[in-house]
Amino acid sequence: MSTVRARAAGVTGHRLFWPLVVLVLLLMANAIYRPSFLSVELKNGHLYGSLIDIVRLSAPLILVALGMSLVIATGGIDLSVGAVAAVAGAVACLYISEQPDQNSLGVVLTAVALGFGVALLLGAWNGILVAGIGIQPIIATLILMVAGRGLAQLIAEGQIITINSGPYKVIGVGHLLTLPFAIVIALAVTVLVAVLTRRTALGMIIESVGGNAEASRLAGIRSRRITFLVYVVSAACAAIAGFMMTANVSSADGNAVGLWVELDAILAVVIGGTALAGGRFYLGGTVVGALLIQTLTTSVYAMNIDPQTSLLFKAVVVIVVCLIQAPAFRARFRRRRSVPVTPVEPVGTEKEQVPA
Amino acid sequence: MTTTPLAARPGRAWWRVPPRHVPVLATAALLLVMYSIGVSQYRAFSNIQVVFNVFIDNGFLLVVAVGMTFVILTGGIDLSVGSVVAMTAMVSASLLGNGLHPAVVLVIALLIGPVLGFAMGCVIHFFDIQPFIVTLAGMFFARGVCTWISTTSIPITDGFWTSTAQHRIHLGENFVSVGALIAVAVVAVAAAVLAYTRLGRNVYAIGGNQQSALLMGLPVGRTKIAVYTISGLCSAIGGILLSFYTLSGAPLIAVGMELDVIAAVVIGGTLLTGGSGYIFGTLLGVLVLSIIQTLITFDGTLNSWWTKIVIGGLLFVFILLQRLVGIRTK
Repeated sequence: MSTVRARAAGVTGHRLFWPLVVLVLLLMANAIYRPSFLSVELKNGHLYGSLIDIVRLSAPLILVALGMSLVIATGGIDLSVGAVAAVAGAVACLYISEQPDQNSLGVVLTAVALGFGVALLLGAWNGILVAGIGIQPIIATLILMVAGRGLAQLIAEGQIITINSGPYKVIGVGHLLTLPFAIVIALAVTVLVAVLTRRTALGMIIESVGGNAEASRLAGIRSRRITFLVYVVSAACAAIAGFMMTANVSSADGNAVGLWVELDAILAVVIGGTALAGGRFYLGGTVVGALLIQTLTTSVYAMNIDPQTSLLFKAVVVIVVCLIQAPAFRARFRRRRSVPVTPVEPVGTEKEQVPA
Repeated sequence: MTTTPLAARPGRAWWRVPPRHVPVLATAALLLVMYSIGVSQYRAFSNIQVVFNVFIDNGFLLVVAVGMTFVILTGGIDLSVGSVVAMTAMVSASLLGNGLHPAVVLVIALLIGPVLGFAMGCVIHFFDIQPFIVTLAGMFFARGVCTWISTTSIPITDGFWTSTAQHRIHLGENFVSVGALIAVAVVAVAAAVLAYTRLGRNVYAIGGNQQSALLMGLPVGRTKIAVYTISGLCSAIGGILLSFYTLSGAPLIAVGMELDVIAAVVIGGTLLTGGSGYIFGTLLGVLVLSIIQTLITFDGTLNSWWTKIVIGGLLFVFILLQRLVGIRTK
């Protein structure tokens, strides 16, 4: 009995348990509402289906959230990702729109490289402000969040740049090996980041900087360099997401690209079990969080709920997931439940965990 | 910090201002410079009505920024303000459309914001979740309520609302609106509360060091919940002022306003880590933002996105300034 309970507690206590439960519940609700929801079919060598759509649409969010996880792991936050995505997309689209042959692969590669380069510069700017000058991350990146939008509009001269480029469009809606190209990119970046951080010491170094930057420095880690690096990586991820978003619609709107993506990304990271205080990060959790957010949005559309009210649902889900994960809330709940069952032994230990 | 100036006082020159005043003074200087640039460049700028218009056009921003100052002084942040402003305006417009008495509508509209703020404050304090996340959820919630009420703009035709909105209080040859006066009154009350009441001192103490405040026996939880309630109340007042100003409730109005508000508070010299800042600084910060907009409108050739770039640049300069001042006091 007690081992069963302990094992159940181990499963429900896992940081991904509740987000996964919510994700599965959402998918089930969709499947009940529309039985064809779960079916995936192969047409012309490409996979189609609602599930594939959800993953494809969440690809930009996954990318942004991956970079955000690393930033949050160092105890920082990056509010500028949406603006960086808009700038990168605007630069790439502007370059393509000025070329005579928009369908040439070379042009698209140059455009992507240009956008990427600008994004790296913006990331370096954030990194210098945070790691070099020592400004609080939330403020340092707020600067670029406000000014970056202006910059994106300045690049596009206030217009929406529309392009007609086949190769660029592939980034958003193309296919590779039966899968949508966007999913392949998101998967590749996820694997790359995971291997770099979890198969080398880099991940642990990032976490140690987040735990205590000064102690890490004294232990021989170049804290500043690591902090600088995560902001550059975050901007790079945001840039790829920006290419995807602009490629999806073959146009760049400085005002609309990546609007609120920073909030969704932070949400995805937090739902995935990474604490905003830093010192830990869970890439798997982040991906689950991003999928959960996109599933929520898609369900609202699929179930014919007024899309405008989707924000209400989002608010409720955010609060529920955050409450369930909050240690203080859990401790309260657990204490109340366990008092009548076993009044003697566990209560004492658990009461100590309740923060004042 | 308090002991060294005391020891150094005899040798200190009279013009050395306390470091905590430097950001506010810098903002004031910037405001003066920008105003003189405006006056020297454009003839119509010297009209005193330009100054009054700044208050008329940005009264709601000013009120919301005052609420945000309280929250930021405790070291928190409130991302929900823009949505709460929109929600208040929407609720007022829709209730007035249903023929409710304006006084009842006013009371209901003024209650919604503080209730939401109180709820967010409770979640932040009792469940120990970061203010950033909680107020983010509050932002989604309030915006969701807006679009749930209506997806299109609702005009306000109520007699009380329109007459208040169009009423001009004449001061000599110029005039101000009722909204602008309310905004100035809110600033005065908030400044007094922050400077002279127990609540105000508690806010500074918690922002300085929450742990110390707790050990000193200050009511940390109560104060934290109170600041989010105050911010909600200010957002509600801001929403009413906005509905006076636009005479309608629109679901997508005031999107991104929280950034302008935070920028105004930071430019006004309030430290985002909490514990240091003044309502007067926030007033100056809002004025700086509005003068930038006025200058860009007067110029006519500059596009609106320059506003964002200039605000971003100013944020950078002021944060750098705070940083330098901070280094000097250490």
